[in-house]
Amino acid sequence: MTTTETGITAAADTVGADGPVLEVTDLHVTFPGEPDDVRAVRGVSYQLRKGEVLGIVGESGSGKSVTSLAVMGLLPEGAEVTGSVRLHGEELLGRSDEQLAKVRGKRIAMVFQDPLQALTPVYTVGDQIAEAVLIHSRRTKAQAWARAVELLKLVGIPNAEQRAKAFPHEFSGGMRQRVMIAMAIANDPDVIICDEPTTALDVTIQAQVLEVLKAAQRETGAAIVMITHDLGVIAGFVDRVLVMYAGRPVETGAVDDIYYRGRMPYTMGLLGSVPRLDLGERAPLVPIEGNPPSLTRLPPGCPFQPRCPLAIDACGEREPELVAVPGSDHQAACIRAGEIEANNWGVTDIYPVPEIPEDTIAQVPRADRQVVLDIEGLIKHHPLTKGVVFRRRVGTVYAVDGIDLEIREGETLGLVGESGCGKTTTLMEILELRRPARGRVVVLGRSTDRIGAGERMRVRRDLSVVFQDPMASLDPRMTAYDIIAEPLLAHNHPKDRLRSRVMELLDLVGLSAEYAGRYPQEFSGGQRQRIGIARALALEPKLVVLDEPVSALDVSIQAGIINLLEDLKARLRLSYLFVAHDLSVVRHIADRVAVMYLGKIVEQGEVDRVYGAPAHPYTQALLSAIPIPDPEKERGRSRILLSGDLPSPANPPSGCRFRTRCPKFLTLSEDERTACIDTEPPLRGIGDTDHGAACHYAEEREVV
Amino acid sequence: MTQQAELLVDDQEKGPESEFETPGRWRTVWRQLLKSRQAMIGLAVLAVLFLMAYIGPLISPWEFGEPDFTAFYQPPSPEHWWGTTQTGQDIFTSTMVGLQKSLIIGLLVAVVSTTVAAVVGAFAGYLLGLTDKALMWVTDLLLVLPTFVILSILAPRLDSGSWLIFVVLLSAFLWMVTAKMVRGMAISLKEREYVLAARYMGLPAWKIIFRHIIPNMSSLLIVDATINVVAAILAETSLSYFGFGIQPPDVSLGSLIAAGTRPAPTHPWTFWFAAVLLIVTVLAVNLVGDGLRDALDPRAKARRRKRRRPAPAAAAGPVRPAAGTGRVQGTSEKAAGKAP
Repeated sequence: MTTTETGITAAADTVGADGPVLEVTDLHVTFPGEPDDVRAVRGVSYQLRKGEVLGIVGESGSGKSVTSLAVMGLLPEGAEVTGSVRLHGEELLGRSDEQLAKVRGKRIAMVFQDPLQALTPVYTVGDQIAEAVLIHSRRTKAQAWARAVELLKLVGIPNAEQRAKAFPHEFSGGMRQRVMIAMAIANDPDVIICDEPTTALDVTIQAQVLEVLKAAQRETGAAIVMITHDLGVIAGFVDRVLVMYAGRPVETGAVDDIYYRGRMPYTMGLLGSVPRLDLGERAPLVPIEGNPPSLTRLPPGCPFQPRCPLAIDACGEREPELVAVPGSDHQAACIRAGEIEANNWGVTDIYPVPEIPEDTIAQVPRADRQVVLDIEGLIKHHPLTKGVVFRRRVGTVYAVDGIDLEIREGETLGLVGESGCGKTTTLMEILELRRPARGRVVVLGRSTDRIGAGERMRVRRDLSVVFQDPMASLDPRMTAYDIIAEPLLAHNHPKDRLRSRVMELLDLVGLSAEYAGRYPQEFSGGQRQRIGIARALALEPKLVVLDEPVSALDVSIQAGIINLLEDLKARLRLSYLFVAHDLSVVRHIADRVAVMYLGKIVEQGEVDRVYGAPAHPYTQALLSAIPIPDPEKERGRSRILLSGDLPSPANPPSGCRFRTRCPKFLTLSEDERTACIDTEPPLRGIGDTDHGAACHYAEEREVV
Repeated sequence: MTQQAELLVDDQEKGPESEFETPGRWRTVWRQLLKSRQAMIGLAVLAVLFLMAYIGPLISPWEFGEPDFTAFYQPPSPEHWWGTTQTGQDIFTSTMVGLQKSLIIGLLVAVVSTTVAAVVGAFAGYLLGLTDKALMWVTDLLLVLPTFVILSILAPRLDSGSWLIFVVLLSAFLWMVTAKMVRGMAISLKEREYVLAARYMGLPAWKIIFRHIIPNMSSLLIVDATINVVAAILAETSLSYFGFGIQPPDVSLGSLIAAGTRPAPTHPWTFWFAAVLLIVTVLAVNLVGDGLRDALDPRAKARRRKRRRPAPAAAAGPVRPAAGTGRVQGTSEKAAGKAP
């Protein structure tokens, strides 16, 4: 570090090493609106000491991002902000934008969720970092550039000298986020605010970025405010947690206190609703009923009261204050916190645990069950073309390159992988029911390369789909009734029993019949997804294809949908093909799992075997990258970090496709490596089970 | 407004046990249209115009085309309500007869041309491939043909009674630009998940086009239809002005305005009544179009505001606690009272 930076740190130190770096007191943010004001933040207070990491968690709309924008002074003009924000004892609220600009980027820095929007597309990243350096310090351009390169090296960008001259669009998402971090630490700030820094990234990239953040913190000694909805990230990364609900902090304390000794039913419910990567047994998740309240017209009492299983009449009288739990700095805003403490209640004690009926089909041995979906050597290549008038083929995207899958009756197969690995292409190939370019797709014994139109229609009855985005998958101009009735009409369901069937389906997915006449946008996200599921079940299919059905939902809502899917599966003897990038959800719901990498399946087998003892280095890295919402376990884990990004599927590496990023490859001798470079490893069984891995040097290893 | 209030009460009185209303698409649209004040005003004005156009000539003391040799260029009087022309014809009677033609031509042309545009564009955009190539070739061909010349050549050859052919001709030259826009929208709508969902449930392409593609561009289509009403009336007017459109002795607002423009500075009644009626017609059509657009679009702002009051629990409605069986416990007031 150069002298200028130490100067700043020295100035900071004069305030006192023990004093809080950042102190937020009773912060309120209101957005004036018609007919009611939106009270986005209502009384947030926290203190941040030097080098401390504070996590702010909450579901969407809980006010966590608005809080940090208020601290940065980045809220739009119309917002009314009251309270106090002190940086080293200096008040920041009420300062002009010009004065704040001197603080922003120098002493407080921010890392945003979407790094593509936060970087200017027309300047090179080196220029942008150098600019951040120049604004706040007296240096020559050459020095600033050198510093920029140094920072890029620090955040782990290979070839920093050359890459500094590249433009933002030439970087991948993870790399851009690294650039953002480099920019944030350019002036050695005292506080770094990270607003969902890894939400848009894949898990292996998330692990890399979190590592970089940790390194950046070690380097600068800055305090970090980590805003996220991911309870796993919080568990491993922060010292203290602030849980927000409806614009208010409802619980705060050391990370262990919050995770193991929660005193506020909301926090407890939130933790209970997360599917766990590390737990093998299938305990149903604990969903929190209902939806977060609207921030315009809040009832007088505790905002969580309508969803709280412990609510009593007194809860509705006034909003509870944060009260300290004796003997710690743990505070909870619940009038029954003492009772929870005294009785030592856990989440299952206060929340009703839903009952999922026993899956009768599970008792039948797998080999005796009917094969519902059988895919052999499926291939989907997209041509890459160039030119407008004379189109010519310049290459091929190997989106799906020879995969085998098999689903039997009553079984859930989880198909996992990072974005760009070919999961969705596989799904679309199955759903199209067309003759594939190569390979075979057999649905319930009927191969798609031989069926005629009538037969295909019959197959469609048995095969349905639930999409990821519940808003985009429902026609906004049709009522819930029409949406659910559509497949019935398409397959000539008797008209006189149409209505009763729709009502039955609504009931099946837990929606009241009175909602039939409403439009999709009048429902919440979870309810919309229920309509999507009802539509998929309308024709009593045998196989339901689920394309990331819960990834667009908040955790507490997600738990309800997952339970619903499990319940329906057991009751209706469904088989699921469950595509997801969230491996925790897959562990919870799936019986078998297939891991995809660059259009190939690298590992396949029983869920417990694959998660318990993954054999392929990619699966191991993937599983180790996922944070577990359990602070103690998280601290004890070591991550297998993958280097770099997913190679382009248009130009996959020779031999084993994973070798360019493989940690195992690096440990191999020169002779051993030739196998990886020259021959593509087939999916080989491990032991006498049907657990298979496509690696020449597969070796089971526990990583969760 | 009272109608709206009644509907709300109607909604609220239904408990969870009663038959829930699951109105079909068109009934919902019709109801929404009834709630829209501007659409009702527009419809009322249009109805009055139609009534006037058809009843006017009957109650007028003068027959259409009957000259009054005692009154040339007379201003409005009890005798001749809207005055007379140079040849002593009663302006009220002839304007009403002209209005009949203009209304029918305007509305019919708009509906026909927008429908053709929607169907051609949607099929081209959804099916792509050969269908697209063929349909777009026809569209481009019609776009480059000189419309006015063709119309002016064809029009005089038509009998005076065959204004229906005139409608067909006018529509045939109005749909192409819209069809191109519709095609572009259809291509983007085709990728939507709800369209994929419909495809994967086995719906044939034409059904998807009529159920999902076309309704989701209704805003564009309605704006287009409203503009086309105006365009059709004006096209007819200008053709009539040059003597190609409606042939005498038949009249339309266009031919009346054309005839009235010359004496207008000195005898303004020959011009103003027809011109004002044209403007009123266009305004009324616009009002109905706006109302219809909101009624067809459940996302329209005006409509949401109206719905919010009857169903406060809509946004934060009840979801069953868990995936268990059991009945739903409604949290909305109405359900809470009557739930078992």
